[in-house]
Amino acid sequence: MGDLFVLAISCIFINNILLAQFLGNCPFLGTSKKMETAVGMAMAVIFVLVMAGMITWIVDLYLLKALNVEFLRTVSFILVIASLVQFVEMFLKKSIPGLYAGLGIFLPLITTNCAVMGVCLINIKEEYTFIQALVSSFAYAVGFGLALILFAGVRERVILARVPKALQDTSIGLITAGMIALVFTVFRGMV
Amino acid sequence: MIPAILLMLGIGATCGIVLSLSSKIFYVYEDPRIAQVENNLAGANCGGCGYAGCSAAAEAVVAGKEPPTVCIINSKEGVEAVSRIMGVDAGAAEAPLSYNLCEGGNRAENKYHYMGVSSCKAMTAVFGGHRVCTVGCIGLGDCVKACQFDALHMGPDGYPVVDDAKCVGCGACQKACPKDIIQVKTLSEKLMEFNQEHGALAPCSQTCPAEINIPKYISEIKAGKYDEAVQTIRMRNPLLLSCGRVCPHPCEDMCRRGIEDEPVSINQLKRFVADYEMNSGSRIPITCAPDTGKKVAVIGGGPAGLSCAYFLRRIGHQVDIFDAMPKLGGIIRYGIPEYRLPKKVLDWEIQGILDLGINAFTQVKFGVDFGLSSLIASGYHAIFMGIGAWNDYALGIEGEDLDGCYKGIDWLSRFAGGQEMKLGKTAAIVGGGNSAIDCVRTLKRLGLEKVYIVYRRTRNEMPANEVEIVASEHEGIDFVFLAAPTRVIGDENGKVKGLEYLQMELGEPDASGRRRPVPIEGSETVLDVDMVISAISQAPDPSFKDTDPTPKIKDLELTRWNTIDNNPETLQSSIPYIFTGGDSATGPSLVVTAIGGGRRAARSIDLFLKGKPVEPVENSLQGKNIPESIFKKVDGITPIKRAKMPEIPVSERLDSMIEVDLVLPEDQALAEADRCLNCCRICYNPDTEFPIAK
Repeated sequence: MGDLFVLAISCIFINNILLAQFLGNCPFLGTSKKMETAVGMAMAVIFVLVMAGMITWIVDLYLLKALNVEFLRTVSFILVIASLVQFVEMFLKKSIPGLYAGLGIFLPLITTNCAVMGVCLINIKEEYTFIQALVSSFAYAVGFGLALILFAGVRERVILARVPKALQDTSIGLITAGMIALVFTVFRGMV
Repeated sequence: MIPAILLMLGIGATCGIVLSLSSKIFYVYEDPRIAQVENNLAGANCGGCGYAGCSAAAEAVVAGKEPPTVCIINSKEGVEAVSRIMGVDAGAAEAPLSYNLCEGGNRAENKYHYMGVSSCKAMTAVFGGHRVCTVGCIGLGDCVKACQFDALHMGPDGYPVVDDAKCVGCGACQKACPKDIIQVKTLSEKLMEFNQEHGALAPCSQTCPAEINIPKYISEIKAGKYDEAVQTIRMRNPLLLSCGRVCPHPCEDMCRRGIEDEPVSINQLKRFVADYEMNSGSRIPITCAPDTGKKVAVIGGGPAGLSCAYFLRRIGHQVDIFDAMPKLGGIIRYGIPEYRLPKKVLDWEIQGILDLGINAFTQVKFGVDFGLSSLIASGYHAIFMGIGAWNDYALGIEGEDLDGCYKGIDWLSRFAGGQEMKLGKTAAIVGGGNSAIDCVRTLKRLGLEKVYIVYRRTRNEMPANEVEIVASEHEGIDFVFLAAPTRVIGDENGKVKGLEYLQMELGEPDASGRRRPVPIEGSETVLDVDMVISAISQAPDPSFKDTDPTPKIKDLELTRWNTIDNNPETLQSSIPYIFTGGDSATGPSLVVTAIGGGRRAARSIDLFLKGKPVEPVENSLQGKNIPESIFKKVDGITPIKRAKMPEIPVSERLDSMIEVDLVLPEDQALAEADRCLNCCRICYNPDTEFPIAK
């Protein structure tokens, strides 16, 4: 249990998928202009990532490893994740319309999110057990959400600052992201 | 190699089968029309409709929450296709356009130091967005950045300018503007706007009963864009030729330049552009919204009725005017003499309004020739009653029914209607208002030897327009002030031979703030005249309540002054589908007040026709002034003489009814327009730079 907690902490803070591994930067910059969209995106990522982490772990163990075709990992994961998101979308629309209304427009965006793909591959590379893979997927997603929401909060305030013309909008966004990443380095060596 | 290919095929097939199965299992019934509607929307996912993308908008259309015109950038064909799918009429698709309320960006720059902040949103968040005033444009162009259609540009004066040809009315600029200055509105919405307490309004515009955007039309005159100035005035006042001649211009009393200098001659500028249009030989086209299919009856073709009909027509309703007199115009045709407002001018003006597609039926009197039930049977959805105030008050003195005694409006209207009038040699007109002056100046022109005005207070208290009093003084009218008529003296044939009056002195101020005249005992004096006209105000004629056979008309409540009882904010009467305005709602008042009332009633009628609650305009200003915009002193003013109104010399004008006041020549009009400070709520363009506290 303690190990899982340490794993979660390390996934959220130390190896934060956005700020330490620099994966999933498109939604990080794209959906961080408004707090509202950032929260929606964070929720959708948590939801999808947990699902994708489980499915890909199973696919890897029972198909790829079993058939000894690990070199197909990336391509088959893309296929599986994309189908999964489609499936989840249909499922939610039918069964949980409320949740669908909240996450609906973000789900298709995540199909091609490299943070999702990255976490699935990390799970395999680190040779996690199923439970560990589940925890790490959830924790990475929480880390993604945390970074995104923090960043959105900062960005909403950046417009009030005196930003030189050349650095406005995305430029200052990237600089801000870099600074937040620097701040996150303080977690290094904690575990 | 083989297992790998098989595996990929396997995964692909499994995913495909699972997805197709689940699309069956998790099938949610969706109206097939949603997809069809979506195919006929513009597909830009611009969000201009307020929904997250075109599919959401399509869902809203199919759910009946939005009309087929929901897509703001859709083509006409697209809208028609959507309407066909939905099986409904496309209805009125009125294109909304973006426009900027504030034109003071240029002034703000030199008053505010920006400290490096570069967006309006930031400015608002950090400093509350005050540049000069709380309502003005900050001028950092958030709206320009938000526009996806290249329709907004920062103008040369530092505030955004809309390119109407490119604007699709998506509303992105409105959302981006933290000050609500850029607004996206349809023509109808712009026509039905009223002054509100938080508005960016100059003192003159606040005061104008018709709420004309005065600084805007004057700056258009200044720029030589006379057509645009006419259109600006027409947004609020369809009778600019008439108002330009007869309006007592309360706006000029509040002119900010008037605090340090003479006020701008606002009304003469209005007349200048109005005459410019008339003399140009062609009419500036007036745009109307698409037809709504609703019909409104306007009873009374005076200024209130014409204004109401004009605005209702412009926002797309069908309007018919009914008038008891042979020609439209009401009191401005039959009460205002030819030398002030030539009939030719009035005819031209009224024809322009009728040309919008308004039918006029004249010589039909409400309650006699037609009634409430016949209007309802004819399919009118609402009624505007602007029947004016035509019943003269009587003096209530002995001898008032002698031969040679007349009543002001009655006499004026009969004369204007072309009736042969019996004239005496000397006349006394009782009253101090404009009607009295109209009577004396007309009589003077008809060749009477002596014409007196008998008024119970002094010149200072006369309610008539100052210019009118001055003109009648020039024309040799005799004023008898502080005189209260007590008796009309007749000769043995029952003809008037004199008017007896009591001399008065001024006592304590009364409710109106004017000092009350008190009679001096035993001061009876006789004025030798053979004609007496009493022009001491009028009231509406309530006879329709007795003559109209419709029982429902009894529900129409009147006040004790015989005006139609109404909610002053909405002008709705005690019968919900009857609205009123002008003198029949307020009692005798200004032409420009009637015009403003007509527009306010048009707004209420529009709400009523659309089935919305007829509610007052929020925080409506209604002629009140915004305290912060009324200054005690104004910096940076160099006195410049006001343009003098050209007029025909007294010697040439007294033997005919020729128009006395002339229009300003162009150079003088432009010079006068230059005197305008282009004020807004609290800012203005000073003549000279003056030190600003930083």
